Amino acid sequence: MDIEMTAIADFAAALLLAPLLPGIINRVKAFFAGRRGQSVFQLYYDLRKLLAKGAVYSSASGFVFRLGPVASLAALLAALAVMPAGGHGSLASFDGDIILFAYLLALSRFVTVLAALDTGSSFGGMGASREVFFSALAEPAFFLSLAVLAKKAGAFSFNLIFLSANPVTGTPLLLVLAALFIVFLAENCRIPFDDPNTHLELTMIHEVMVLDHSGPDFALISYGAALKMWLLGAIVVRLALPFGGGTGGAQSPALFLAGIFALAIAAGIVESCMARLRLLKVPALLLSASMLAFAAFMVS
Amino acid sequence: MLLFTAALLALTISAALSLVFSKKPAWSAFAGAGGNVLAAALGLAALVFAGAKPHLNLPWAVPGGQFHIALDPLSAVFLAPMFVLCACGALYGVSYGGLNRRTGTGFLLYNLLTASMAVVFTARNAMLFLAAWEIMALCSFLLVVTDYDNPETRNAGWVYLVATHIGTAFIIALFALAWHKCGSTEFADFPKAFASLPFAAVALLSVTGFGAKAGFFPFHVWLPKAHPAAPSHVSAVMSGIMIKTGIYGIIRMISFCPPPPFWFGGLLASIGIISGVGGVLFALAQRDIKRSLAYSSVENIGIIALGLGMGWMGAASGRTDIAFIGFAGALLHVINHAFFKGLLFFGAGAVYHATGIRDMDRLGGLRRFMPVTALTFLAGSAAIAALPPFNGFISEFLIYSGAFKAVVAGRGAGFGGLAVILGLSLTGGLAAACFTRAFGIIFLGEPRAKLAVEHGEPPLMAGPMVALAALCLFIGLAPQFAARLVTEPALMLSGAPYADLPSRLQPAGLLGCAVVLLSLALWFFRKRLLAGRAVASAPTWGCGYSAPAASMQYTASSFAQPLVDFFGIGTAKKIEEPHGLFPSHAMFRSETPDIAKSRFYRPLFENIEQRMSSLRVIQHGNIHAYILYIAAALVALLVWTLK
Repeated sequence: MDIEMTAIADFAAALLLAPLLPGIINRVKAFFAGRRGQSVFQLYYDLRKLLAKGAVYSSASGFVFRLGPVASLAALLAALAVMPAGGHGSLASFDGDIILFAYLLALSRFVTVLAALDTGSSFGGMGASREVFFSALAEPAFFLSLAVLAKKAGAFSFNLIFLSANPVTGTPLLLVLAALFIVFLAENCRIPFDDPNTHLELTMIHEVMVLDHSGPDFALISYGAALKMWLLGAIVVRLALPFGGGTGGAQSPALFLAGIFALAIAAGIVESCMARLRLLKVPALLLSASMLAFAAFMVS
Repeated sequence: MLLFTAALLALTISAALSLVFSKKPAWSAFAGAGGNVLAAALGLAALVFAGAKPHLNLPWAVPGGQFHIALDPLSAVFLAPMFVLCACGALYGVSYGGLNRRTGTGFLLYNLLTASMAVVFTARNAMLFLAAWEIMALCSFLLVVTDYDNPETRNAGWVYLVATHIGTAFIIALFALAWHKCGSTEFADFPKAFASLPFAAVALLSVTGFGAKAGFFPFHVWLPKAHPAAPSHVSAVMSGIMIKTGIYGIIRMISFCPPPPFWFGGLLASIGIISGVGGVLFALAQRDIKRSLAYSSVENIGIIALGLGMGWMGAASGRTDIAFIGFAGALLHVINHAFFKGLLFFGAGAVYHATGIRDMDRLGGLRRFMPVTALTFLAGSAAIAALPPFNGFISEFLIYSGAFKAVVAGRGAGFGGLAVILGLSLTGGLAAACFTRAFGIIFLGEPRAKLAVEHGEPPLMAGPMVALAALCLFIGLAPQFAARLVTEPALMLSGAPYADLPSRLQPAGLLGCAVVLLSLALWFFRKRLLAGRAVASAPTWGCGYSAPAASMQYTASSFAQPLVDFFGIGTAKKIEEPHGLFPSHAMFRSETPDIAKSRFYRPLFENIEQRMSSLRVIQHGNIHAYILYIAAALVALLVWTLK
């Protein structure tokens, strides 16, 4: 496997720029609310502050609670290695890396859920239970979308799918993009699935699982959340924008960045215009994502 | 073959010795466990140094039978995990069962069960196969009812005994058909016989007969009864290996057939989806940890069936490369499931051994008292949820790869592939829910009820768990070695000329290593950051509530409730609401009975019983009349033969 410089550059760019995405979403929401809002660099400041702090651990918790943030971020970093999250190819690429990608995200979720259960709080349990429920329904939608991409590109590796000379177009593209955008919102715990801002714990999913993390641990978690948004956003962006076949030209990094920031703005607009769905309605939306992907499979 | 025969002898002799010494439990435990470990060493050596002609053919007094056994790569796939898990289980059993008057018979049966499974996996003669199959069924039945004082255990044993014999009836029918066609009970002559039989007959008889042992939905009803009742090392062996004899039987029988048509692959894939999703949903709904693990075995058998289905669908549509990957994934999952399910049953057994509780809702916080069990159970949970860097991911990765290849190929195989992807992804998500629940509720947080943790973790129980967890991690990080074991049988089944499995799996293993290394790096990064800073310990944040109690934690039932309700698998709830100004009594109870049992088997058997009850007239206890029946039967037979 010879590694290209462009892939390393894309990897580094993702690591550096991912914390911008939550900043952009918050800025958009502030704009809609008629406020000036926090700086788009807010997460960077938060991370610096959190990394400089000490930590408070729950007396009920142990090894698993401390493993959670660490293993979760490690899984996301490994997932970034197989995702062409930039204008070019990915660091590593092989037949089936799309499967590994999905399961690395699952690993990240698995350890986060366990860390939440380790605190022994019923809030943590509640969030954990909802997280596994919704992700179990999001998983088929994600895999069906991947199947559509694989079928069209004739390969099941992200690099080959995105660099394919035969990209998904027309109706199937619209359907699969809709499905993937729903999965993007669900997996990143955004409205209409979860409200990252609420402090009424009973309505939250992700935030309530990480209530007890503090200091460097919380920094790892917040950073991981931003990275996950970059990772899943990259799929949507690479599909939606015309990068052309082959290895992509010199303009593609700029195109990618424009795309992913536009996606963050779109997520911010959805968040400003919609309320969170009632928990009981969430499964229906996730099932409709599966249906969209299935329809895309049928027409492609 | 000499080594393998020696292994069989070691098992039978040590079985006899442990019975002889049953008055001295320590001796019989030593003989039994020692013999089993020795047999494992000999057996594994036999697989490594299999000679050019690994056949053994001895004359046998049984009419129509020959003591004919042979080792081939397909047998090796099943034998390798069997020897490892049975030896681990034997050591574990010494501590788990304790030394008492049942030790001698326990090891007699356990070692005979091991030997009979070894013969089932190698038999080349139908009579020998059936004899070994029956010994296996009886030994496991007697082991299930080890704790026979408990009426529930006796009931579980009864259900198992009936289920396994219904399955055996179908297998006997299949062998009888073959014998009728070719006049021989040698497996070597079966291809001739099966060529002249309709494929559908062979396929349906083997899927029903062997499927009952494997635990395909809806033949699975005996698993959730028998596994919780049996001692944990026996549950581990039954779930990890014994149910795979069903998978082995199907593969072996179909390999004697002409290439199966497409529908057969589709049938197995459908069984796989139903077993996978159904199994994991019922696993989620259980509060008894061992019953939940038993249902999860149904799920994993479903995943194996999905792989096999993918294989036969690929082969039937002329894509031997897809077929190869499907078969390789299924066979690798046979090995992997043996290791992580064995590990999880050992863990559940250790919890039961220490606390006497199997109800997850009453457990919690055991990580503090049983650190080794907690850590290994965590590894097993991650492995069974198919997460990298553990072994479960590797086999599911292969089955997914086969399915994606089929999707790329398009047409009929494409829809088969899509169905497999859908089934696997749904099971995968639900399995993650099921095992975060099992591990999280049992080992994390605070104890939910007053626990008396006794015995701790004796080394003979901790050792096998650590060994199996290490194997799960090793196969996940370096899959190329296990891949070599399954390459040859998968090539044989698929008819593919050549395939480089290790290089297909290596990148996944390498990225698994990357996850481990990155986790370690981040762990030390955080340790450096926190060095010298204030690290405090405080109660869990209760959103301002100052008197949290352990009973307020989420329980296993509440964790699974949204999922179980959403999928509507028939959870019965019994609620007595509090009434009045000063309510004194309130109650809530939920229970999830098995759909197959309540909607299919119970009506079926009740119906049969009703119809048959009219025959009771002839059964009245009058001996004179019975003698008359016998005389009449004899006369009838005489007339028939003279005709």
